[in-house]
Order: sequence, then C-alpha cells, then structure tokens
Amino acid sequence: MSAPQLAPIIAAQGLTVRHRGAERPILSDVGFAIRPGEIVTVVGPNGSGKSTLVRAVLGHVEMEAGEVTRRPGLRIGYVPQRVHIDDRIPMTVRRFLSLPHRVSDIEAAAVLARTGVDGLQQRQITRLSGGQFQRVLLARALLGDPQLLVLDEPTQGLDQPGIVDFYRLIEEIRQETGAAVLMVSHDLLVVMRASDQVICLNGHVCCHGTPQAVSAAPEYQALFGADSAETLALYRHHHDHRHDEAAHDPHHDHKHEYGHHHHA
Amino acid sequence: MIPTTTTNTNTGTTTMLDDFLVRAVLAGLGVVLATGPLGCFVVWRRMAYFGDATAHAAILGVALSVAIGGQIYIGTLLVALAMGWLVAHLADRGEAIDTALGVLAHGALAFGLIAASFVPGLRSDLNAWLFGDILMVRPVDLAWVWGGAALVVGLLVWRWEAMVSATVNEELAMAAGISPRRERLILTLAMAITVAVAIRIVGALLVSALLIIPAAAARGFARGPEQMALISTLIGVGAVLGGLAASLYADTPAGPSVIAVAAAVFLLGLPFRRGSA
Repeated sequence: MSAPQLAPIIAAQGLTVRHRGAERPILSDVGFAIRPGEIVTVVGPNGSGKSTLVRAVLGHVEMEAGEVTRRPGLRIGYVPQRVHIDDRIPMTVRRFLSLPHRVSDIEAAAVLARTGVDGLQQRQITRLSGGQFQRVLLARALLGDPQLLVLDEPTQGLDQPGIVDFYRLIEEIRQETGAAVLMVSHDLLVVMRASDQVICLNGHVCCHGTPQAVSAAPEYQALFGADSAETLALYRHHHDHRHDEAAHDPHHDHKHEYGHHHHA
Repeated sequence: MIPTTTTNTNTGTTTMLDDFLVRAVLAGLGVVLATGPLGCFVVWRRMAYFGDATAHAAILGVALSVAIGGQIYIGTLLVALAMGWLVAHLADRGEAIDTALGVLAHGALAFGLIAASFVPGLRSDLNAWLFGDILMVRPVDLAWVWGGAALVVGLLVWRWEAMVSATVNEELAMAAGISPRRERLILTLAMAITVAVAIRIVGALLVSALLIIPAAAARGFARGPEQMALISTLIGVGAVLGGLAASLYADTPAGPSVIAVAAAVFLLGLPFRRGSA
C-alpha cells in the first residue's frame, strides 16, 4: 500500500457484548480505530466495560454484534488486568517469559532490560514487588516485537511515582518501536497527557477525541466531575511541550486529524 | 537371601511378575508416574476436592460395574469421567465451586457405598476398593495401571505448555491462542483415567492423597513447574518403596503406609523449604 501510516492497524465497529442472560449489554455499539504508533486510552468508571472492550478486541469474549478488523498478521502484546500468580506455582521470571512459547536468553534479557528489570531472571515471580511485576508483564508483552500493545490498567498496585515512571516507559517504548498502544486506565491525569486519543466509555462511547477535547466535553465532565477537567488544564502546557519534542516522530503526523466526536 | 520368585504352575515358566511384591512395586510406580505431575495441577489449581469428587464417584462406578458384570476399569473410568464433566461444567458456570464440590464428593461417596451394599460380591471386599489392595495386584491390573499411566503422562507432556499457561493466567493463555476450557477438559480426562487405574491400588479414599501430598511436598523444593512435577514424582516413588517396605517389615497396611510415607516426607521437608528466592 502506498498510503504510509494512516491505515488503522485495528478497528472496531458497532461492537456489542452482552453477558450470558444479562438484560442490558455491557457494551453497545462501540467503535474506534487505532493507527500505527498511536496511544489510545480508554477511561471510564468501574463497570463501564473497559476490560470487556479490551477482551473483545483481542477476541477473548464473544460479540453479540459488531466487527473487529485487524491488519493481517498484526502482532499484539497484552498485559491483562490484575494478573495474580498463585504462590503454589513455582515460576522464575525467566520461565514465565518462555510460557508458552520458548524465547532465547538473549531475547529475554533484552525485553527485561527495556523495561528496567534486567537481572531478575532467576527470581521467583511471586516474590517481586508490584512495580517489578508490572514491568515483567510489560516485558513479556514486548516479546515478539508487537505492533500493538494492549495494556489493561498496567499500573495496578503502583504508587504515584511508580505510575508516572511506568507511563514514561510506555511512551519511550512507543517512540522507539513505533508500536501503537491501547490502554485502559484509571490514572486520568497522567495518562491523558500522553495519549493521542481518549475514549471515554460508559457502556457506550460517551465521547472520543484528543485529550483536550475529551476533557472539555460535557459527557466527560458528567462522568468524572468538572474538577478533573480543571486539573487537567494544569498539565496541558506540559502535554503540548512533550508533543513538540516528539515532532520528528513520523507516527505523530496524523495526531491532529482527530476532532472531537460526540456519540449518542 | 532366598530368591523370591515362585514357579508359575500353569505354564511352568518363572517370571519376575509372579512375585506379588514385584507386582506391587510396579503397580505403585505406575500410579505415581501419573499422580506425580497430575497432582501438581491439583495443587496449583486448588482442585483438591475435584480429586475427591472424581475418586469417590469411582466407588459408584465399581458398584455398577460389578452389578452388571462389566469391566471394572471401564465402569470406574466412565463414572469418573461423568463426575469430572459435571464438575468442570459447574466450574464453567461459575457456581460456588468449593461448596458444590464438597456436596458432589461426599454425595458420590455415600451413593457409591449404598450401591456397593446392594452388590453381594462387593460387600466383603469393600475395604479393598476404599483403601486399595496393592499387594493383591494381578498382572492384568499392571497392564491397566501402566497403560493408563502412559496415557496420562502422554497427555500431560503433549499439553504441558498450554496447561501450565492456562493455570498461570487464563487471559495470558488466551492471548497466546490457548483455550483454557479445552485444557480444563483434558485435565478432567487425565484425572478420570488416573482415578480409574489407581483405585485398585490405593483405593477411592486415598487416591487424592497421592495426588496432593507428593506435589505439596515438592512445592517447597522446586523453582519451576517442571522441577516440581519431577520432584513430586520422585517423592511418589519414594513413598511407594518406603510404604511397601514398611508393610513388608512392620506388617502395616500397604496403601495407607504409602500415603503415610508421603506425608512424612512433606512434614520433614517443611524446615528445609526455600526461603525467598
């Protein structure tokens, strides 16, 4: 294809998911598209269907209606929500990275180094700190050189500085590898300033667009309170600055194409 | 020492299998070959009651097989499979699985005992089915045990990576193209086969002990899942040899002695467990 980076690597249309026997669908008519190198963040209150959306995009839940289109051969790295590994299973970090597909020591060391946890190979995975564990999960997701990282609340259990560091790491990885990122997050402020698109979800797409546009949207403010928009404004200068720095990144050219879309 | 082989009067040839003790050792080793690695999954997935439910249901299978004059191994396998399927189905539907399993496990045992009481041939040697009779193992039992164990080990080796992945985290497994549901069913099948071939050896009440205790004892010494499966099997081997030796020299009941040795290994290992690694 001659069109350079604009074709979406993954897109969802009219996505509707209903739990068995449930009266109301957990997701109805959700649509979005992710282009190469974009960071797309899904925000929304608890029970708004964020994780279900991620799992539907990955094909882990059955859809009642709708369609998810992936670029053929799309490589996806995934960090699920709230991964808990039972202490009864002995498992070193190294073995965990080779599960179920064996990877070489060199590959393992490379992804661990990339997420800042090289040297932990022989540690038992259940003995890691929360921050180390999330970084190991991210390292595992980086195996196989993904073009899309799907991260479901990847900062679970981290303290505030840990959260900021973690998002910085994700942004670095995006810039180095050009991988797009689809991320579910509770950390509204930190995450929104690093995102290209924000999808505000509450069973349906409430609003959708650039972080600035979404934070100004009445639907967003209704969900999270007007305060959240004001606090965001404090960060906006920093946000713009970061984007200027990244201007050489070819994947950034498209970012202003997204206006602010309201959905019924 | 006097050779322990005896002459087979039917054929006039002498084989090692003619010795009841050799048969007992071989039968025990066959069983722990399957229960060693399979027991690790029972421990990892907290399926202790699942083992009980399947094993207790096997008594019902024995009673039904004897009543209709069918092959006992097939009967127990079918009933154990049915119970396994029922339990897996309940787990899929997200029932309060712990309680459901408790009801099924003990309900199956009760119905099995009632059924057994109606079968004339069973009343007298019910103990053998509840606690096993490893010293009475016939060559044909050995064929069943080793055949079943080979099948179980084959299944586990074939599905190992997928099963361990699905056990560690279902979402990560699914992302790697693994169906946790399918792995659960294969595990159920492996469990039913193990129970069916082990019931003659260690009995319905002690099968799940042989699944859980060696694996639990191995946990403290293993750094990885494969290591744990191996150590669990080795502890099982030690328990069989030690239990039979105790039975031979101290005249203790064989099946319970095997379990007792495994439990002793577990207890003795407690102080030596790895600290934070």
